[in-house]
Amino acid sequence: MASVSETHPANKPNPARWLVVAVPYLWLLLFFAAPFLIIFKISLSETTIAMPPYTPLFEGFGAFGDFVSELDFDNYLFLTGDPLYIEAYLSSLRIAVISTFLLLLIGYPMALAMARAPTMLRPTLVMLVILPFWTSFLIRVYAWIGILKPDGLLTLLFRSVGLLGVDDQVQILRTDYAVFIGIVYSYLPFMVLPLYSALEKMDNTLLEAASDLGCPPWKAFWKITFPLSLPGVIAGSMICFIPITGEFVIPDLLGGADTLMIGKTLWTEFFGNRDWPLASAVAVILLIMLVVPIMIFQNQQKKVA
Amino acid sequence: MAKSLGPVKRKFSPWADPSAVPFIRFENITKRFGTFTAVDNLTLDIYEREFFSLLGPSGCGKTTLMRMLAGFEEPTEGRILLQGKDISGVPPYRRPTNMMFQSYALFPHMTVEKNVAFGLEQDNLPKGEVAARVEEMLKLVKLEQFAKRKPNQLSGGQRQRVALARSLAKRPKVLLLDEPLGALDKKLREETQFELMDLQTKLGLTFLIVTHDQEEAMTVSDRIAVMDKGLIMQVATPAEIYEAPNSRYVADFIGDINILEGTVTSTDSALGMPGSVRIDCDGIAVSVEQECQAVKGDKVAFAVRPEKVRISPDQPADISANAVYGEVWDIGYLGDFSVFLVKLADGRVVRAAQANVSRLVDRPITFGDMVWLTWPLDAGLVLTR
Repeated sequence: MASVSETHPANKPNPARWLVVAVPYLWLLLFFAAPFLIIFKISLSETTIAMPPYTPLFEGFGAFGDFVSELDFDNYLFLTGDPLYIEAYLSSLRIAVISTFLLLLIGYPMALAMARAPTMLRPTLVMLVILPFWTSFLIRVYAWIGILKPDGLLTLLFRSVGLLGVDDQVQILRTDYAVFIGIVYSYLPFMVLPLYSALEKMDNTLLEAASDLGCPPWKAFWKITFPLSLPGVIAGSMICFIPITGEFVIPDLLGGADTLMIGKTLWTEFFGNRDWPLASAVAVILLIMLVVPIMIFQNQQKKVA
Repeated sequence: MAKSLGPVKRKFSPWADPSAVPFIRFENITKRFGTFTAVDNLTLDIYEREFFSLLGPSGCGKTTLMRMLAGFEEPTEGRILLQGKDISGVPPYRRPTNMMFQSYALFPHMTVEKNVAFGLEQDNLPKGEVAARVEEMLKLVKLEQFAKRKPNQLSGGQRQRVALARSLAKRPKVLLLDEPLGALDKKLREETQFELMDLQTKLGLTFLIVTHDQEEAMTVSDRIAVMDKGLIMQVATPAEIYEAPNSRYVADFIGDINILEGTVTSTDSALGMPGSVRIDCDGIAVSVEQECQAVKGDKVAFAVRPEKVRISPDQPADISANAVYGEVWDIGYLGDFSVFLVKLADGRVVRAAQANVSRLVDRPITFGDMVWLTWPLDAGLVLTR
């Protein structure tokens, strides 16, 4: 018996359809897979004092045997041997975990309030969340320097309300606190929007039903609202956690000398020490570290669907 | 038809007993949303074990009334008494009422079992007791084998049963049903109506149902309140509502009816029997045998149900009987009934329904035929409101 799918016109091979599908894959191949392979190859090379500062990538098919034999994992062994790198990875993860938690803590009530706001008001509220994107990210982070620096706006404010003496100054800039403030500020929209879209879809009569069955509102939040918003919680957390782990600009501008993040280490290796192979190895390990949460995320999305 | 009809319906009429204490009392309830008055100074008594319907078009305030009893809305004025106690200000999660929602409102992240157990768990009942009650409820709605399914793995009818089981699990004093069968197809709806009645008799609970489907209200209820624009138009048994509506609105809302506007020409003795009214409906003289407050000269409406109107090609022998003459203008064939739309000489249309007792395909009366419509003295109604 011929199945419906065979005869359905939409399932016939169609060149135009293939083109539409191929474009994003080509894009990813060109701008993700290819650069990654290059970085991976560099990470297996050795540093040389040359331009570019590493042994050549590929010297033709004739020298393929040499190519394979020259590959070595020295850079990876070096990374595991030096506690500096391990500490940088762990510190990055710590900062990313704490920031994501803070983002959830601040973003969830915001998203909930937006989702419960009158329908007329919601588009405006969403617009206000997106509004910061109208200014450059860099300028916004620089603005925080002006606020947090010892003689900055925050000091002036605290002095004027009497929280600080005339000669006292806030000591936040160049500490981890400044990094958390900068990260939470910058990533908040990325947390709020997925949470909002999950919460906004929720059927309000579910809460009425819970209440009707004897469940007081605070309990209904944990039994109904929160479990149903989990896809949004996971999406928001992943969208924030992954880039925060590799964040460079915020710790560089707001953090102190002792703020250890892998993004900064990466930058130092590439541009300070000009050790491209080692820096590439750092980047590859970072990627592998992040693949795990990404896969968890994908898996969760599939379950929801 | 329902497979089992359950116990024979008892003679039940506590509303006729002046000493009976109402179970639920809405006392001068007004509910305003901004400038809109959803419920307008309404008073209503509902008795224990009653199957009570709130019937009306959308926007008549029936759902608002139910939501006030559940606690989702607070009345602007007046109070609601449950077993004599004022329940104003009591939050929904502390009221002994449970509601079956129109959308069912099943928790999508919980299994059928968990949904039914939800209310019981809120009361901190021991685990064993919860499990036993859930099993009992699922058995009651015949869903035992679906306990581990999620709501999205069920059909509409099955979801409706889960919602029913969940709202019954806590054995509420009053079960509120908000358009409970609206999403089901006609066959399943009729079947479920009988099951609901069965269940209500078996469990001995008070059911309050909100519906816009008059057939549904007629089938299941002990009494019906017909509502319009926040007011109750009539509260009575289904038979009374149908046979003795108190106003043009109720008569028109329930079932099919012919309404002719007219003026009272004489009452009582004119026909030689007590309680008779003669009305002139713009040239059609009708007589009704009815106790009636109307006096000579009052503007009233005469109403008669189509199934009480006889249709015949022959002129009636008794010319003094209620009779009109006209042309068959349209015929609605409904299978069990045929409805004839008869156009009178002045253009008014009177409907007559006839049961199709024989299997004739060619009916003796057809389009364009001139026919006589007659009805007995006690078939019609005088409506003063």
